[in-house]
Amino acid sequence: MKALDVSQTVLKAESQGLNFFYGQAQALHGLSLPVYDRCVTALIGPSGCGKTTYLRCFNRMHDLYPGNRYEGEVILYPDRVNIVGPEVDPIEVRMRIGMVFQKPNPFPKSIYENVAYGMRIRGVSSKADLDMVVERALQEAALWGEVKDRLQASAMNLSGGQQQRLCIARALATSPELLLFDEPTSALDPTATSRIEELVTELKQKVAIVIVTHNMQQAARVSDHTAFMYEGRLVEFDRTEKMFTNPSAKLTEDYVTGRFG
Amino acid sequence: MRLKNGIAKYIKSTALQRRIMRRKGLDRFFAFEGLLVMGAALLVLFTLVGQLAADGAGRLSWQFLTSFPSRFPAQAGVLTAWIGTILVMLVTALAAIPLGIGAAIYLEEYAAKSWLTEAIEINIANLAGVPSIVYGLMALGLLVYELHLGQSFLTAGLTLGMLILPMVIIATREAIRAVPPAVREAAYALGATKWQTVRDHVLPYSMGGILTGMILALSRAVGETAPLITVGALSFIAFLPHPPWQGAFPFVSFEWLFDPFTVMPIQMFNWVSRPQEEFHVNAAAAGLILLAMSLAMNAVAIVIRARFRKRIHW
Amino acid sequence: MEAHIAEIPVEKKAVVRSLSLRLVPRLKEKAIELLLQLAAFTSVAITLGIVGVLAYESFHFFQQVSVVEFLTDRQWTPLFADAHYGILSLVSGTLVTTAVALLVAIPMGSLIAIYLSEYASRPVREFVKPVLELLSAVPTVVYGYFVLLFVTPALQQIWPDLPGFNMLSAGLVIGFMIVPYVSSVSEDAMRAVPVYLREGAFALGATRMQTALRVVFPSALSGITAAYVLGVSRAIGETMVVAIAAGMQPTLTLNPLEPAATMTAYIVQVSLGDLPHGSVGYQTIFATGLMLLLITLLFNIAGHALKKRYRQVY
Repeated sequence: MKALDVSQTVLKAESQGLNFFYGQAQALHGLSLPVYDRCVTALIGPSGCGKTTYLRCFNRMHDLYPGNRYEGEVILYPDRVNIVGPEVDPIEVRMRIGMVFQKPNPFPKSIYENVAYGMRIRGVSSKADLDMVVERALQEAALWGEVKDRLQASAMNLSGGQQQRLCIARALATSPELLLFDEPTSALDPTATSRIEELVTELKQKVAIVIVTHNMQQAARVSDHTAFMYEGRLVEFDRTEKMFTNPSAKLTEDYVTGRFG
Repeated sequence: MRLKNGIAKYIKSTALQRRIMRRKGLDRFFAFEGLLVMGAALLVLFTLVGQLAADGAGRLSWQFLTSFPSRFPAQAGVLTAWIGTILVMLVTALAAIPLGIGAAIYLEEYAAKSWLTEAIEINIANLAGVPSIVYGLMALGLLVYELHLGQSFLTAGLTLGMLILPMVIIATREAIRAVPPAVREAAYALGATKWQTVRDHVLPYSMGGILTGMILALSRAVGETAPLITVGALSFIAFLPHPPWQGAFPFVSFEWLFDPFTVMPIQMFNWVSRPQEEFHVNAAAAGLILLAMSLAMNAVAIVIRARFRKRIHW
Repeated sequence: MEAHIAEIPVEKKAVVRSLSLRLVPRLKEKAIELLLQLAAFTSVAITLGIVGVLAYESFHFFQQVSVVEFLTDRQWTPLFADAHYGILSLVSGTLVTTAVALLVAIPMGSLIAIYLSEYASRPVREFVKPVLELLSAVPTVVYGYFVLLFVTPALQQIWPDLPGFNMLSAGLVIGFMIVPYVSSVSEDAMRAVPVYLREGAFALGATRMQTALRVVFPSALSGITAAYVLGVSRAIGETMVVAIAAGMQPTLTLNPLEPAATMTAYIVQVSLGDLPHGSVGYQTIFATGLMLLLITLLFNIAGHALKKRYRQVY
């Protein structure tokens, strides 16, 4: 595994020797890799390599289902807290780290309520505050212009691309420190896909982003750093251009040139 | 080669053609049978309602609805019976609905997969199949005699509440299960606790199914007779129970809970058991009212289900 | 690393670093979970109540009457001076009425289910299903009325010797009453059979009837067995129809053309009367109830075993 030496980029999170078990089956082996703040880190690899499993460790989604177990550490900076540690409350973790899912999953509520929900459960109830948050989040998700006149309309009537941007707004509303994207465009058409990719490039100026994608070209377009995983292990981690033009490991080269996948 | 020719010949032969025609004929006959049988079921339903209406519609009147039972069929009425039904339903609903929904939420969202959880689930499935009169026996021994609640509205409501509890639980669980996991994950990913997810998402989105199940369960309770007879419903009550309100604070009275009770189906049963034909007419009229109550509740349930299905579709 | 948009002051408050701040919400979550768990346990409490009451009273009963006599005596006359306590008459009453009901309900219900699932177009299905549901929404007293005052006289036109109270009319109508249970559960089971299984048969040239009978029905057998078991439970536990129309006379017979008392009707009969609490006569209803429960459980267990045996994973 190739490591990157620290330059002016700041570390936002880092996994150290992370092992993950679905019951008895081990899905992640000794995963150690950094996530840099205000950068986009892409996770690529063939189906089943564990990239989504790894992503979901960051916001403790695995805790929702019985039988899952973490070993090792995922450190969040600057607190230096091991967020997969048993003494850390998953709810707390999810309050600081947001996620956008593969298939857009807005709540069957109004557009406004979708975006406002995150702040509601954080105790904000004043209409003025919520209005402000909703507008800001929708602006950041490049959706405000399209929906500002129908905030009370049901979110289910939006197109697929709009729904995904709504989900991004929903995650952004709570000002997360780290934003996780799980193959966010795999269910969308090319136009919607490129809009979301533009969005990700803009958003990284404010928040660290980790994006799982099975589309290598997308990783190349959008990310600063890329991690290539295979069978639950990290094979290579490097700056994106280097990874795609001159990868160090043969396996990586085979994958990015399409010899398997 | 011989066989191949043989099959080719068979396929073109009239023997096979006849066979195919016969099968198609059977198919059509089978379809016809299906229609016939459905028609028979519907016919029975219409005959029943028709007969009831023919016998009893004439007896329906304001007098009938507002009179007490009497030894004289022409003077007898269903006042205590329908008021009784409403009051019993009130207790039943208050008993079964919170418990049923709570139990369903627990089983679907909180309970871990263990032998205990499975035992509870099997238990609920069994309870749904227990004959209703057994609930009456249990209530007689436990509520009436052991707990000294008497043969009262409280006992009646609790008995029927226990009876419909499995139905409410099962219907609520199905409604909750229809909410896709993706929506739950979205809520959790925002930092919601389990209860917040249930309260703000799971329950509201499954409310259509929950309400429908609730109303259907209550409509079943409206028609229940056997367990209430066992618990000691009287069919001749010539006075109204204490009112549920009172002039002084706290303005709600609970005295009526301990009054003797009767309900519509029991009144009808009492009348139909008498030899005089005039009482049978009364029974038919009571039956029409009972039928109307039950059908109205079913209709409301269907409408609610349709409306919610329009609003929330996955 | 600096914070992002600083407009919302509450942002900082929401970012919690230590565990202690979440202690209070944590307690609330735990309390809610406990409440919900209690709700789930009420179902267990109900079962314990049922078993407890029946066992307790039956225990006292069996101290006066031997189990052997209970199970083998051919007469059931607990309220006579010369009391006999043989449950067989009541059991035969229940079984014969149930058998008649099933002879109607199973063929009809299955046929309707097949038709609705394999033949019917959507508008037909949308019409028939709610109407069938209505069939099960009719209160059982109303069915009892219908049997006594319409079905039996109608049958007496055909068989003038038919007694006014008999098991045939009661059983027939109970059968119609449970058709919706059988048909709706069976239909759900059949519709769950994946389309590709049917297409495989059609591609071979099978007609709809052949596909339905040879492919769909066997594949759905697990769910269909559940439907039949549901019907059986319902029929065994039926009370009011038999109480009104089958008679209250315990007769040990397998002939549906005779009057007889079922276990359920007997319990109603005693409950209508005045038996002193604690007397042997009073205890007979609990012993009968226990027998009823055991028979129902037996069918449920058998049904469950069959269901598992025929379980198909698609």
